[in-house]
Amino acid sequence: MKQITRRSILKAGTGALAFATPLLSVRIARAKDYGPGVTDKEIKLGNTGPYSGPASSYSAVPKSQVAYWKMINDQGGINGRMINFISYDDGYTPPKTVEMVRKLVEEDQVLLVASPLGTPTNSAIWHYMNQKKVPQLFVATGATKWDDPKGHPWTIGWQPNYQSEGRIYATYILKEKPTGKIGVLYQNDDFGKDYLKGVKDGLGDKASMIIVEATYETTDPTVDSQVVDMKAKGVDVFVNTAIPKFAAQAIRKAAEIGWKPLHILSSIGNSVGATLKPAGFENAKDIVSDFYLKDPSDPKWKDDAGFKTWVAFMDKYMPDADKSDAGNIAGSSLAAMTAQVLKQCGDELTRENVMKQAANLHDVTVPMLLPGITANTSPTDFAPLKEVQMGKFDGTRWNLFGDLLKGAVG
Amino acid sequence: MTAVREEQAAVPSAPATGMIRRRLNLRYLGLIIVILAAAALPLAASSFVTFQVTEVMIYGLAILGLNLLTGFNGQFSLGHSAFYGIGAYTTAILMHNYDVAYYWTIPAAGGVCFVIGFLFGLPALRLQNLYLALATFALANAMPQILKFHALESWTGGVQGLSVDQPDPPGFLPIDSDQWLYYLTFGVILVMFVAAACLIRSRSGRAIMAIRDHPIAATAMGINSSLYKTLTFGVSAFYTGVAGALGALAVAFVAPDSFTIFLSISFLVGLVIGGVGSIPGSLFGGLFVLYVPNIANSLSTGLAGAIYGVILLIVIFVMPSGAAGFVRFAAGWLARLRQS
Repeated sequence: MKQITRRSILKAGTGALAFATPLLSVRIARAKDYGPGVTDKEIKLGNTGPYSGPASSYSAVPKSQVAYWKMINDQGGINGRMINFISYDDGYTPPKTVEMVRKLVEEDQVLLVASPLGTPTNSAIWHYMNQKKVPQLFVATGATKWDDPKGHPWTIGWQPNYQSEGRIYATYILKEKPTGKIGVLYQNDDFGKDYLKGVKDGLGDKASMIIVEATYETTDPTVDSQVVDMKAKGVDVFVNTAIPKFAAQAIRKAAEIGWKPLHILSSIGNSVGATLKPAGFENAKDIVSDFYLKDPSDPKWKDDAGFKTWVAFMDKYMPDADKSDAGNIAGSSLAAMTAQVLKQCGDELTRENVMKQAANLHDVTVPMLLPGITANTSPTDFAPLKEVQMGKFDGTRWNLFGDLLKGAVG
Repeated sequence: MTAVREEQAAVPSAPATGMIRRRLNLRYLGLIIVILAAAALPLAASSFVTFQVTEVMIYGLAILGLNLLTGFNGQFSLGHSAFYGIGAYTTAILMHNYDVAYYWTIPAAGGVCFVIGFLFGLPALRLQNLYLALATFALANAMPQILKFHALESWTGGVQGLSVDQPDPPGFLPIDSDQWLYYLTFGVILVMFVAAACLIRSRSGRAIMAIRDHPIAATAMGINSSLYKTLTFGVSAFYTGVAGALGALAVAFVAPDSFTIFLSISFLVGLVIGGVGSIPGSLFGGLFVLYVPNIANSLSTGLAGAIYGVILLIVIFVMPSGAAGFVRFAAGWLARLRQS
């Protein structure tokens, strides 16, 4: 009689597995499971954005998404299905966002809502989406609250959030000026406080390095007095997280009074056109900031494969658009990320699987992300992009330097 | 005062009275049909359409508030988005911070707005026409920033806004929360429209209109012009505030960016489209405010603003006295057609 050994059991087990695996995968591949808005030929996606109203300067974000899906369809769609991307104007007003998103979910029966733009607008539909269990995928806003897999499992963020940026600045400061005296200028609202919290968390037990916390209101005429105050108190590390108008004023004022601290500018204020030009290029020299997308005006990317793909896309599908408008970069990158999730879903196009795959991204990259920056998520991590690279302004453009920095807020 | 009467068109002869009565009967019949149809709508329509019609009624109520002030009293206002916002925030703050039941917040929102409207009406008394428009414009401009102001942040939630729980229908009714909100709004609207109609037909209503038509003559007749003007301001704010409260419940979220000057302008557009000085016309205004941007958007997303403008121009050309005026004109035309 043959003795049953451990090895034989193992052998039998492996054999059985080897036999079963192809069957299993075939079964999975054949199982077509469709949620609302999906057929063999089409996937319906919804989106809202500010085509009109006070924030219409951001309209490039939804527009470039529409164009990107057109390109995907011209290339044969995703897994053989055409994408029907329905994008509505919400004028950046929360009640209109609620109405339009309800239309998308209840009338148009979309599979998911992709990248609605704006913090107040996304906040307005946050509860609704999670109650209805419809994916609110890769929202186009940097607030930290979107990374909440437990409380809001149907909403997922995208860009590096303000708190993780703040942490990155702290790491950088600890490396460059470990004995520095820090002054933080921030907008007196949620987004400003997100930055401050990030810097403090990043400094950890060295948070006492922050000696000045100065705020401004969007209604203030200038931030001159805050800047003068910082210099008087001996601040030598200036964390400037203001929006472009105030960031420019602070840069100009610092130069005027001959103050030369280590000046860190946040990503929302680092636009060459909107901040540095009005501040004066000479005054902005040696300022550092953080980046996660490629700057189309930087000649360095001329031969970069990702950049070329993007330029080809822009030339063909948005020939009249301004390539230096950051909205076009953000929009096409957002759409590319959604496309990746749909590819991963295969034929199991249910809302549950969309969220499962969105929480299952590993080293995903899209053309306009800086080299090395990838999107990673897990069921407990709903913040896809966490890394940035620092750059220094040389008087005409930003020069990236150093390694990728990570400041994930878990 | 008794000289100014509704039926001042001399003493009608007997057959004419019969015709007026028949027309009145027809009017009431039409009104009853409309009310019955509106009451049946949520049972037949999808929950999204129910939600949209609820929004139309809410905007209609806000426009009625503006109509009482601008249409009947002749005072301009670009500040009604502020009253709408105050109403919405009153409901949101009471529900969010103090756990007040939603039905109590509706009269509370109206009350708060009445007081603020009345107080705002006091200095506004010294301002005429365009100057008043500017003063109220300032109010509308200031509102989103006041709501973001950090001293008030523990109440208002700052830029983040506040989320509101959608009211659940009472347990004994077999309807969902969208339908319940519809009936709630419908009930409130019905009461407030009837109240507005009664107000306008009353002695006070005639005083309000007399101030619009001839302020000097009105004062000469003994009307306390400043009292009526400020009271009208208060009542107008009350109506718009109640609309704001219902709006907060319908959208289940308030944020400063919801109540910008653009909202005031859409109320004004709704007022003119519906018919200045027409009570049912306000509902047409609500329809226009909600649906026309959607129609424009569905024709072309990129050119939505331009298409909206074109539709607006066409509507103004076709119905120069608003939807209410158009209906009156059509009714008159039909009557003449039947006579000949």
